[in-house]
Amino acid sequence: MKVPVNLEIAKVHLLTRKRQTVVAMLGVTFGIAMFILMISFMKGVNQVLSDIMLSVTPDIHIYNDFETDYSSSLTSRYFGTKPSQWIIVRHPRPKQINLNLRNAPGIVANIRENKEVVAVSPLVSMQILFNYGPVQLGVVADGVDIREEDLLFDLSGKMNSGRPENLLTTENGILLGNKLAGKLQVTSGDMVTATAPSGARMRFKVVGIYQFGMALMDEYKAYVSLSSMQQLLGRNRDYITDIRIKLKDQNRAKSMAELFSRKYGYKADDWDTVNASLKAGNIIRDTLTYVVSFTMLLVAGFGIYNIMNMVITGKLKDIAILKAQGFAKKDIIQIFLSQSLIIGIIGGLAGLLLGFILSYALSKVPFPTDDWMVIKFFPVTFDIRHYLFGAGFGVLTTLLAGWTPSLKASKIDPVAILRG
Amino acid sequence: MSQEILRAEKLIKFFYDPEKFKVLDNISLSVGKGEFIAIMGKSGCGKSTLLYLLSTLDTIYEGSVNIIGTKVTGLSEDKLARFRNEHIGFVFQFHFLLPEFTTLENVMLPALKLGRLDKLAIQTLAMEKLRQMEMDQYASKLSGKLSGGQQQRVAIARALINNPDIIMADEPTGNLDSSNTAKVLDIFKQLAKAGNTIIVVTHDRDFANEADRIIEMSDGKIMTLSGT
Repeated sequence: MKVPVNLEIAKVHLLTRKRQTVVAMLGVTFGIAMFILMISFMKGVNQVLSDIMLSVTPDIHIYNDFETDYSSSLTSRYFGTKPSQWIIVRHPRPKQINLNLRNAPGIVANIRENKEVVAVSPLVSMQILFNYGPVQLGVVADGVDIREEDLLFDLSGKMNSGRPENLLTTENGILLGNKLAGKLQVTSGDMVTATAPSGARMRFKVVGIYQFGMALMDEYKAYVSLSSMQQLLGRNRDYITDIRIKLKDQNRAKSMAELFSRKYGYKADDWDTVNASLKAGNIIRDTLTYVVSFTMLLVAGFGIYNIMNMVITGKLKDIAILKAQGFAKKDIIQIFLSQSLIIGIIGGLAGLLLGFILSYALSKVPFPTDDWMVIKFFPVTFDIRHYLFGAGFGVLTTLLAGWTPSLKASKIDPVAILRG
Repeated sequence: MSQEILRAEKLIKFFYDPEKFKVLDNISLSVGKGEFIAIMGKSGCGKSTLLYLLSTLDTIYEGSVNIIGTKVTGLSEDKLARFRNEHIGFVFQFHFLLPEFTTLENVMLPALKLGRLDKLAIQTLAMEKLRQMEMDQYASKLSGKLSGGQQQRVAIARALINNPDIIMADEPTGNLDSSNTAKVLDIFKQLAKAGNTIIVVTHDRDFANEADRIIEMSDGKIMTLSGT
């Protein structure tokens, strides 16, 4: 029975000073609404940036990270090898380094057997030049198995014209980014000439234009078939420099990368390691959100603290009466703390609703269009966890704000007040 | 004397502000069931202080207080609160109702706190007590809107709601005009006749003359015990 009486008193107190109550609630409401809006937007931004980065980053990338081995040197041929003699070579140069992965087709076949792997895309990559009049445009040409590449990066969904499979049906076909195609003033069906660093030249037929929304991909990259690339480099059909892998579960990338690295003896990077800077950006945005929201709720909390203090100062007599009639310390604390909590809960719920409405509205605002941007609206995520956190945070703030004034109220000496 | 309901032994109390001062000096007192006692004396003689000690609101003193066989001296604050709620009804000089609540709610609160009856029963009981005070027509009015005399009658109804063993009143007529004083005095007479134990601190000689016993106080000491 005790709690309902105390709650009833709290209710009457709140209702008799409606304006104060509403103002206190609005403080919490705006604090939490801003938190929801900011966190939803920031997480949305994080998501978009991650998606863009991950759209061109494989889960695992295996490549030959050459380490130059100078343990044997030509110097011995000229100076001989005597234990008493030191030979110091400044700026040594390697004689020959192979960048390819030995037995690449075997490795690819082996990885394909792994149940956690969705797609394996072998790659031969090379810097090539396109001539546009007197200007030479440097581009990284990727020789790929286009069907696997499509599985990795969803090329089909990013084509402005043509289809990725055209590479298979056309001899010496090439896919260009839309920016690069624009610079070269070519469209599907036109011919372009590529020059390899070795001086070898090859003519390609443009069979498709794609757009990723990233300069790296759209302006400085081109796709050709594996065999065209091997041919341009003058290498055999087993010449593969990189293997890219897509996993069923992206979060397994780190351990799988270690596994592959040990198994095949080549360097294997997972997406997380490659995109460390992205992670830093996410952390900074998250921190910003929490700091701003915390500040706003702190201000709301001080508002409640102030109002509760005022209320209690104005109610010294009432508290004395209640105590004289048998309301104990804990009853007084309950009466005033529950007022603070009710403000927090109602204000908080209103804040969650307002936050949801604002973030929903923001998610419908068109994003300023840009050649690079592939998003149409402001990115906003809707995550129930943010709402739960916001609610918990709001209630905690009001609880803390109401605690000291309530405790003060419970310690009032009724005799001092009743004597007048 | 009939069954003893309150016994105070060797009560000593000091005030420390602005300087150490003995307010109550070795006061012993016994009250029987159904007695109507008036405590009189000049301002500052310690009569209100004594009442607050007896009522368990003030806990800092030497000596001991027993009420209905329970030693209340030294009980925890929460236990005392419960004890007051159950056994003591209060009437103050400045009526002291909660202004945001209706007359009826003010009367109901101590019973709701006690929680012995359900809300409906308490409401009926509160209405009955208000009728006794001829205040039932104001039941749904906010108590802040009542006149001083009306508020005091509501306060008496509130003091009675839990059927207390002792009713304590601190200058219940001290702030009222003569017609309201007469009404309140009348109510106290009726209460005494109905067998309630009453301890009243008052300045009013007419009021005190209605009591079974008058305790005169001076300088923190009991001077005379008069009456039946």
